[in-house]
Amino acid sequence: MSSPAKRPPPPPHIQQEYRRRFLRSVLLGGLAVGGALSGWLPLARAHEARLRPPGALDEADFLASCIKCGQCVQVCPVKAIVLGDITEGFGVGVPHIDGRAQACDFSCDAVQCILACPTGALTHTLSKKEEVRMGLARLDKPDACLARQGAGFKGQARGGTFPGIHRYEKVDRWKPIPIADHPYDLELCDLCVRECPIEGAIRLVPMSDDSADRRRTPDVTEKCVGCGMCEMICPTEPAAIVVDARKKWGAA
Amino acid sequence: MSLIQSLAIMLGREPSKPRPEEYSDAARAIHEAKRAHKVNKEELAAIAAEQHEAHKNHTWRNRRWLTLVVINLLFVLSYRFDVQLIEGALTASRVIGFHFADLNSALQVTLAFKTILINLIIGTSTVLFLWWLLGGRTFCSWVCPYHLLAEWAEALHLKLAARKLVKDHVLHRRTRVVMYLIFAALAFGSGYTVFETISPTGILSRALIYGPSLALGIVALLLAIEVVYSRRMWCRYMCPIGITYAVVGAVSPVRVVYRPEACHHEGACRKVCLVPHVLDMTKKGFAPDDRNGIGADCTRCGLCVDVCPTGSLKYEVKGLDKLL
Repeated sequence: MSSPAKRPPPPPHIQQEYRRRFLRSVLLGGLAVGGALSGWLPLARAHEARLRPPGALDEADFLASCIKCGQCVQVCPVKAIVLGDITEGFGVGVPHIDGRAQACDFSCDAVQCILACPTGALTHTLSKKEEVRMGLARLDKPDACLARQGAGFKGQARGGTFPGIHRYEKVDRWKPIPIADHPYDLELCDLCVRECPIEGAIRLVPMSDDSADRRRTPDVTEKCVGCGMCEMICPTEPAAIVVDARKKWGAA
Repeated sequence: MSLIQSLAIMLGREPSKPRPEEYSDAARAIHEAKRAHKVNKEELAAIAAEQHEAHKNHTWRNRRWLTLVVINLLFVLSYRFDVQLIEGALTASRVIGFHFADLNSALQVTLAFKTILINLIIGTSTVLFLWWLLGGRTFCSWVCPYHLLAEWAEALHLKLAARKLVKDHVLHRRTRVVMYLIFAALAFGSGYTVFETISPTGILSRALIYGPSLALGIVALLLAIEVVYSRRMWCRYMCPIGITYAVVGAVSPVRVVYRPEACHHEGACRKVCLVPHVLDMTKKGFAPDDRNGIGADCTRCGLCVDVCPTGSLKYEVKGLDKLL
């Protein structure tokens, strides 16, 4: 294409409008890009890792590959998965779990969130709940633990108004029910062991050789997947046992 | 208009009057006939009356708004009532089990993650085919929830502008191209899907489905800027999703076609259009052909079809009339 004959330069006021338009474009475009980039700040300031859904890739890969569609949220039968808000910066729309509020108890059996994930941000290489490693449970406040005091527990684990739900296989194999609707009467509190969805992930160990001593201490094993169920069910306030997100067995 | 020209104009080149050799014989004849005919007073009055009536016509706008609302409601209802018709959000979803992925979101993820994901290939192929068929930026005006809010903000802007309370400040259309490249580079360089942090499409879609979020503040801010400062700023000059879909729609069979024969060239279509540069050919003597497909940037929103008093702008499926 040949350019048409040279046009005279536009009059000064048009040229000025062109300059202003250019400045506006740079300024507002820059603001939008800067606004998007400020999403990095919450990540830089984050000191604690988020508990991510089962099968989540390493945090950097996870944030890169998540397409923020929430399909994992939709399939979770206990609604444990929630999406991050703008306060999470680049993590906006990225799923996480607040174990104390609503843990993942593998009510879905087949790790549905992993199956739902379209990008493999929740890795498709896992198929069993036992293979999941979200984090690791840790007895955070040994002095608060009822079992360590040899104490029992009677009543609703988290009080009558707690909205969290859990699947009790003996009550209903398929449908999770509110924890508030399932009161306990235990001679020795063993809720973290009793409700743990992974066999052998946590056990109660006697604290002395004396058989009359009822005191037991929770002991987390290598099988722990970090789902947060023990943290959710722990009746002390705050929870005596917590999950360290992303922590691996044997790591400091 | 050639495909190259159409893409170049979409990417920010100013449209220009065709050179003499670019007119078809049919177009030349139409333009000559129009130049020979002098419009008299009665005709002018008739044209004004026609235009007045045409502004009351909202057929396509209403169909479009209904479609947009229904599609977004399907996402919401699928989740709320667990009917599993469309699971997910606009960024990625399963439609009756089939993967769908938004082209721009998939691109951002691919650049950030630096991995080719088979599900995204499946998902984007379906979406690519769908939007190629329906016209690319059709996504913008018929599906994107931000577009609807922006249309209302635009109506408010125009009302305020009519009372001289606000003034439209145009930006350079290449801003969008620069931002597209910046966001692509940022995704690749940082490993984060940076654009998704402010994408009003994603934020709104998720807020509708999963409940309100603080992120809606970004949407509110954008709308406020569009009301008081720059008409349709985001969709016109910034959103990279628009470019992605415009490229797809450049060769779509579903399009708006302009026939200059009956046109009065009074420019009502350009005034309502989100992307008036695609309607440059509706100026008197500008149409290079007697049937002109509107360019790549067209969102197929139908506002021009509604407002045109002479029926010179119409939807068309390429080749369908020949088939019938």
